[in-house]
Amino acid sequence: MTDWLLDDSPTSRLQANLGRAFRIWTALLRNPLAVVGGIIILVLIAMAIFAPLIAPYSPIGQDLANRLMPPSADHWMGTDELGRDIFSRVVYGARITLLIVTMVAVIAAPIGLIIGAVSGYFGGWTDRILMGVTDIFLSMPKLILALAFVAALGPGIENAIIAIAITSWPAYARIARAETITFREAEFIAAVRLQGASSARVILRHVLPLCASSTIIRVTLDMAGIILTAAGLGFLGLGAQPPLPEWGAMISRGRTFILDQWWVATMPGFAIILVSLGFCFLGDGLRDVLDPKQGDKS
Amino acid sequence: MTDARERQLASQVLGHAAALARFAFVTAVTFLGLLAITFFIGRVVPIDPVLAVVGDRATKEVYDAAREAMGLDRPLIVQFLTYVGDVVTGNLGMSITTGRPVVEDLGRFFPATLEMATIGILIGVFLGVPMGVLAATHQGSWVDQVIRVLGLLGYSVPAFWLGLVGLAVFYAALGWVAGPGRIDIYYDGLLDPVTGLYLIDSLVAGEWDIFWNALDHLMLPASILGFFSLAYIARMTRSFMLDQLGHEYITTARVKGVPERRVIWRHAFYPIRIQLITVIGLSYAALLEGSVMIETVFSWPGIGNYLTNALLNADTNAVLGATLVIGAVFILINKISDVLYRMLDPRAR
Repeated sequence: MTDWLLDDSPTSRLQANLGRAFRIWTALLRNPLAVVGGIIILVLIAMAIFAPLIAPYSPIGQDLANRLMPPSADHWMGTDELGRDIFSRVVYGARITLLIVTMVAVIAAPIGLIIGAVSGYFGGWTDRILMGVTDIFLSMPKLILALAFVAALGPGIENAIIAIAITSWPAYARIARAETITFREAEFIAAVRLQGASSARVILRHVLPLCASSTIIRVTLDMAGIILTAAGLGFLGLGAQPPLPEWGAMISRGRTFILDQWWVATMPGFAIILVSLGFCFLGDGLRDVLDPKQGDKS
Repeated sequence: MTDARERQLASQVLGHAAALARFAFVTAVTFLGLLAITFFIGRVVPIDPVLAVVGDRATKEVYDAAREAMGLDRPLIVQFLTYVGDVVTGNLGMSITTGRPVVEDLGRFFPATLEMATIGILIGVFLGVPMGVLAATHQGSWVDQVIRVLGLLGYSVPAFWLGLVGLAVFYAALGWVAGPGRIDIYYDGLLDPVTGLYLIDSLVAGEWDIFWNALDHLMLPASILGFFSLAYIARMTRSFMLDQLGHEYITTARVKGVPERRVIWRHAFYPIRIQLITVIGLSYAALLEGSVMIETVFSWPGIGNYLTNALLNADTNAVLGATLVIGAVFILINKISDVLYRMLDPRAR
């Protein structure tokens, strides 16, 4: 099996693709930090899927007799001001975090990729105008821009996702443009064009797939920033609304009790840090494997 | 000989002039872009601005008249140009929460943010640069490990959370620093606002008590901001230094017997100072942005606090005004560090 996967002269496209995936996989497994990051993210996904099985209590069930209890065997992370179990809320919060990062990646990455690829492929005035707009967005403060957009759209989780996506696409456009320019004049592109392929087909079928690996690296590395921005919006009361157990909003609720009941605000923060670190580790690992020349020297 | 020198000098001056002209053009276009975005945000706000003025029981005639008086019936492009004209002449409208013109509010709140961000960047530079150099010259040492961990934490710790934990530990538990706010309540209003920067104002007035009190309040939020820029600056310094130290001219210098201290600071560090200007500029701009969160946690009466208050009260004029100011300063710092880089680094010309 391994021999078939690592065959130097694959006989089918499937074998070539599987072989490549296998090589990336084994290279990732040799990178301890990437493995740690991958495990953290797998745990996050598992928590999101199996939240009702993992969480010992309901995330919104109130128990006023047991409010503001310190961490104990019953309540691993203590309880909040309404007697809700913080650990259960953190577990359910994984769903919201995962939803936000996935939606932002699904919205922002394709928009950025297409704008960048079109810009790099056509060049000339198309390039100048599209990259002008991209640069304007890039030189704006992202968090402030997201805040202003949420202010206009109204608070809520959907609007937070839209606002973060609007501020994240320019980075992907830059990457896609840089990649596209390197192989715009390549012979395989010329060959496809001579066969009569339309520009749309060349971009979608032949240019975009080649931008995929650098975009995946960038998206993974950006995840930490997206999580922090989403938590920040939640903290300011502009993201997910109560009683949703969003981590940033939970920290905001715990603010009042920070001096006496420290666990209410601190526990969700640890979840944010852990997940962000996980994405950083995995992103660094992916970069080392997929794109060795970009890794910073260490 | 002198001819060649003169020609070289002339081309250098020309190069600088071209860089400055480019800087002015790009900055102007970016500002227009920022204005277009805030204008767009102001237009898509779901609250009908006319209804807000006339109330929802107004007749159709009154509504239309108000709409016309507010200029909302004119073409979008005319409205946008009017908006740009207003902003340029310093008219950002009235804030509904404070009841004052937004420009006046921003002028009062900005110094507090500036003071905190400046102390923050000073901490970041004066600790971050030496740490980065040390990490590069002693690869694998504890400084190197600390910087690696700090760098990772800088990307993954929410600033507002760190602020809360900092308050709980250093204010409540240890009592090392003063609590939220810019100054103790009994000093409030004693100071003539000359610059609005309490540290400078109190020094000018010779009020040492107020100076120390303001510093006490400033230390924690500024250190937390400084931590984020330190993490970034140290990481970048380390990577620039490693790059320089790998060059052959460094080996040559060492072989010639140049003292190690001189090799590090004179030969390796000297060329990277220009790259560092860009990094420091970027992190200073990021600090202004990051202060929004920190100010909320520390009840710091700065522009970030003003912005979040306005957000919660749906005070559109104030939100857009604060966005414009933070955005404009952010863009300006970015573009200035860019043009400095171009003018100082001969390779970028």
